[in-house]
Amino acid sequence: MNQWNNFSKGIFKENAVFVQVLGMCPTLGVTTSAYNGLGMGLATTFVLLMSNIVVSMVKGFIPDKVRIPAYIVIIASFVTIVELIMQAFVPVLFDELGLFIPLIVVNCLVLGRSEAFASKNNVLSSAVDGLGMGLGFTLALFMLGSIRELLGSGAWLGIKFIHGDGMLLFILAPGAFIALAYLIAIMNRVNRRNA
Amino acid sequence: MEYIIIFISAIFVNNIVLAKFLGICPFIGVSSRLETSVGMTGAVAFVMVIATIVTYLIQYYILKPLSIGFMQTITFILVIAALVQLVEIILKKVSPALYQALGIYLPLITTNCAVLGVAILTIQNGYNLPEAAVFSFATAIGFGLALVLLSSMRESLDLVDIPKGMKGIPVAFIIAGILSMAFMGFAGLV
Repeated sequence: MNQWNNFSKGIFKENAVFVQVLGMCPTLGVTTSAYNGLGMGLATTFVLLMSNIVVSMVKGFIPDKVRIPAYIVIIASFVTIVELIMQAFVPVLFDELGLFIPLIVVNCLVLGRSEAFASKNNVLSSAVDGLGMGLGFTLALFMLGSIRELLGSGAWLGIKFIHGDGMLLFILAPGAFIALAYLIAIMNRVNRRNA
Repeated sequence: MEYIIIFISAIFVNNIVLAKFLGICPFIGVSSRLETSVGMTGAVAFVMVIATIVTYLIQYYILKPLSIGFMQTITFILVIAALVQLVEIILKKVSPALYQALGIYLPLITTNCAVLGVAILTIQNGYNLPEAAVFSFATAIGFGLALVLLSSMRESLDLVDIPKGMKGIPVAFIIAGILSMAFMGFAGLV
């Protein structure tokens, strides 16, 4: 498989959110604005990229039976690094994402890629795969965040288009479910037409 | 009184799935059948209460005195992973019947973000030990309630003619959205 296919599958064909429906908690929880979605996506991308690289480097040394706890420790280390970095440099974003930053550890997408891809492939392919999957995830979060921000507060990336509030529902919890449902339905439709 | 408020608010007002967006994966994944969601709820409740109490003790008797709070994420997830294994082994020996019922759901719980989420929320909210126990138990009930509600609706949805693109996951999310809207009505309760 050439590296371009390897990279682009994470963004389109095997998109984590729209196709595989993985990592739903942060997808729904933090996408109240496009900026938050972008921040969360990039944090996850970093963890995904680094843990994929490390897992593919140490895959020969880890006994099969303890591989899942070993992967979790690797992932948790990078999550802690991200946590500390974000707390230091983007404290506002850190406060807004709150609980969902430590919860990157249990994002099924990250562990899923370690188990399904990085443990079977070399370092370069794993890095490319991690980057592609991460950017696909970021794109999905950014799209959902943009839609919710536009409908919910009539703004995009903090720039206001209308006076007053939008449809408040989309900023609140129910809006997240409904917006994501329609996005997945549209993606299903597009994918079926292409197939 | 305080315990009752924590209890009610964790189940209805701040429902872990519908208001806090934790534990969505099992919420969507196992909710297509009522039977499996009841099994999942049992396993989650079991692990969640034990995990919250153990992580609480670790936070206040190990991490805090040594001032290594930044190790929280790593420690908690390892404790939960170990705990799930332990529960599985003990259950197999002590109560094979219960193990039969919960067995397949137990390994999935390690990556259920609700368990880690509740452990961290307990610390963030500054609960004491009995409050933490009540909070985690109530959260598990809230999780179960949402799961059972959704799965019973999804079971009847099998018989309904819905547009092809909406089948399966999208329609489950729409129902979750409507459920979440209904649960917002509880906001004035406490």
